[in-house]
Amino acid sequence: MGRKLLLDKVGIVGIRSYDVYRENGGYSSVEKVLKTMSPDDVTNEVKKSGLRGRGGAGFPTGMKWGFLAKPEGVPRYLVCNADESEPGTFKDRYLMEHIPHLLIEGLIVSSYAVGSNRTYIYIRGEFGWIVDILEQAIAEAKNNGWLGKNILGSGFDCEIYVHPGAGAYICGEETALLESLEGKRGNPRIKPPFPAVKGLYGCPTVVNNVETLSTVVPIINMGGDEYAKYGTGKSTGTKLISACGNINKPGVYEIEMNISVEEFIYNDEYCGGIANGKRLKACVPGGSSVPVLPANLLLKTAKGETRMMTYESLSDGGFLTGSMLGSGGFIVYDEDQCIVRNTYSFSRFYRHESCGQCSPCREGTFWMEKILWNLEHGKGKMKDIDLLWSVQGNIEGNTICPLGDAAAWPVAAAIRHFRDEFEWHVTHPEEAQRRNYGLAGYAEPLKAGV
Amino acid sequence: MSEQKLFKVTIDNITTEVEPGTTILQAARKIGGDIVPPAMCYYSTLKDSGGKCRTCLVKVAQGSAADPRPVPKLVASCRTAVMDGMVVENITNQQVLEARDGVVEFLLINHPLDCPVCDQAGECNLQDLSYGHGDDKSRFEFVKRTFEPENIGPHIQLHMNRCIMCYRCTYVADQLTEERLHGVLDRGDRSRISTYISKAIDNDFSGNMIDVCPVGALTDKTFRFKNRVWFTRPMDAHRECSKCAGKVHLWMRGDEVFRVTGRKDQWGEVHDWICNECRYDKKKVSDWVIEGPAKMSRHSVISVNKYYGLKKPKDFLPEVMGGRDPKMLMDIHDVSGVNDPDIDLSAVNGPATSKTFEKKDS
Ligand SMILES: Cc1cc2nc3c(=O)[nH]c(=O)nc-3n(C[C@H](O)[C@H](O)[C@H](O)COP(=O)(O)O)c2cc1C
Ligand code: SF4
Ligand code: FES
Repeated sequence: MGRKLLLDKVGIVGIRSYDVYRENGGYSSVEKVLKTMSPDDVTNEVKKSGLRGRGGAGFPTGMKWGFLAKPEGVPRYLVCNADESEPGTFKDRYLMEHIPHLLIEGLIVSSYAVGSNRTYIYIRGEFGWIVDILEQAIAEAKNNGWLGKNILGSGFDCEIYVHPGAGAYICGEETALLESLEGKRGNPRIKPPFPAVKGLYGCPTVVNNVETLSTVVPIINMGGDEYAKYGTGKSTGTKLISACGNINKPGVYEIEMNISVEEFIYNDEYCGGIANGKRLKACVPGGSSVPVLPANLLLKTAKGETRMMTYESLSDGGFLTGSMLGSGGFIVYDEDQCIVRNTYSFSRFYRHESCGQCSPCREGTFWMEKILWNLEHGKGKMKDIDLLWSVQGNIEGNTICPLGDAAAWPVAAAIRHFRDEFEWHVTHPEEAQRRNYGLAGYAEPLKAGV
Repeated sequence: MSEQKLFKVTIDNITTEVEPGTTILQAARKIGGDIVPPAMCYYSTLKDSGGKCRTCLVKVAQGSAADPRPVPKLVASCRTAVMDGMVVENITNQQVLEARDGVVEFLLINHPLDCPVCDQAGECNLQDLSYGHGDDKSRFEFVKRTFEPENIGPHIQLHMNRCIMCYRCTYVADQLTEERLHGVLDRGDRSRISTYISKAIDNDFSGNMIDVCPVGALTDKTFRFKNRVWFTRPMDAHRECSKCAGKVHLWMRGDEVFRVTGRKDQWGEVHDWICNECRYDKKKVSDWVIEGPAKMSRHSVISVNKYYGLKKPKDFLPEVMGGRDPKMLMDIHDVSGVNDPDIDLSAVNGPATSKTFEKKDS
């Protein structure tokens, strides 16, 4: 069994309630920091832990906190990004639903570190029932003296507010999130200035993911150095992976970042292999925005090394032969799945979710969806594949926020690795409506299970 | 005021010095000429504008003298401040030119081809931009996006199909008028300018939305279909006005005032906003003190005959003809059947067609 730091207690009956959570050692990290540590000490522990942001970009959290501007007399804010809307990603939801106090505890400790007296949880609007769970947890924490004025007599004040979004993926982008939180239209801001200098209401702000902030709890409890012993290389600690697609055991798994992709897919402790005795065709390892990889590049890198479930290994080979750990939305495709259809469906999502303020994303996502619809429905032409390649290239890197890139990358990767499947859709328009392309040469024969 | 150190910035190999805080675009405008990136959404007199259209993307080849690393992605020159020792590439960088062509293509795929009936034609930034960067054929083979027409009031005509989402008009409404009555609704490719619950935008100074619109999405209802801009002649004029500076361009034909707009500078930007009274209600020559022909330095059809410092084009015909001096280059009678002396056009019943000119075997 792999070691767990976040979900180790989810099996305990009633852990969602304050009393059970507290009996099992909950809120000890708040006691520890408020009684024995300075805010900078907390930041230093997080720096030592090597924790990287779990929201997708993997930016070192301690460093982000260190960048925070601290002008006199200006409030600072901590905002927890619980907007989780990336297709394939459902780990934050699981954590908040099952062990909400872990997030609240992490938020109090992190608020202390960054000096935020008003901390916000911006939560995806569709998670209405989780808003209730969190508000319940906040009320319990407050009743027990973990929130409010002068917590534990330390002089530190902190309040946590839950703010539900209104159904826009783009509001997960940190600056769009801040706009939305301020009550404005959720358009990403033009950076610089970054939130660390000018964030919520123009004040220095840290935006972190739910999992990132929850991980601060074990880091404080065990110490940054100890935490850094988990995982491998620059991928320290554990990571929540939400696994879905054609696997035997879809669900949320906490993995230590030292296992291989093959083990994750085939081991019964995790995904338990491909469902229905089928073979693995492809995988999107980090949420819909990251490049799709064919089986042969998924399990081994282009250099022939075993691909690991770590930030570095999954991105080994860059976008030519690698992908990204991203947000940990692990989508597995078996031999019956159609890459063109999948790409079309992703492009539909991005078209729908673009905020529309910058032209390459607004028009490009609209155009790509149309071309992909044609290709998927047997109406495409060979030149459409090149056109699609060109359009995604004109979006990538030219937009205000990374949603444009996120829309372009999956299309680029699908064409890069599965071009023959696109061509087959063009040359066999009718057959493509009846059956899927299958495996072709994408997958090496694999042993079943590890 | 203590002397401030100026920042040195090099754009397309031309170096200039600007005050700290200046954007790359403004530095380029200071240099002038072809190296100025096109700007479709930025508007210097509107706070927070810019960054959206992405036509002004440039490459920062060297971040600053202190940190010479290049910026990995292209940056929006309208919203990026220069650093001391920055080196910028615009038209000298292939990646920039390609990205810009891509952006222009994106702006055009859903833009209607209704220039012949569009009031903005002739003074349209998108038209100018597509001459410079557009392809002569479209790669977009789908039906263009359209929106339901919406009446936004007595003065301003909204053609949402033409809009490029520069957001300038929302900044005008925020920064110049009492209250913003319209905004951007919905998102992505369906985002649109609207008043939501059909409201009339008629608060004072709202007419400036027309002047800042880079395309024909917002046009002046009092000028609608009245004339083509290139037939009218812009005159500098002013009047005593209690609400605004009263400094305008009158777009005249003969003695008739067809349209009143704010005065635009060489970058198409208005500095003295005008009130709705000056714009819509003062359409008589007697309302104004006319200063003289406006000096247009913009490269556009509206500048025809109004160019400041216009150079007469070189007469290259004698050179091409190499000493020959024919009266007419080609005798049209030889090539066109229309001039067949055997056909009496007055005898043809109804409009003449190609059939009329078919050679008859006699
Ligand atoms: C289009 C888009 C959507 C995003 N959605 C989310 C999200 O739902 N949850 C999240 O934590 N981060 C999301 N991010 C990343 C955030 O912008 C930000 O990087 C993150 O919240 C930082 O937290 P971290 O450092 O803890 O990872 C999104 C980014 C983009 C560009
Ligand atoms: S890239 Fe897309 S989502 Fe991001 S700011 Fe531009 S239009 Fe909006
Ligand atoms: S002018 Fe700079 S992005 Fe539009």
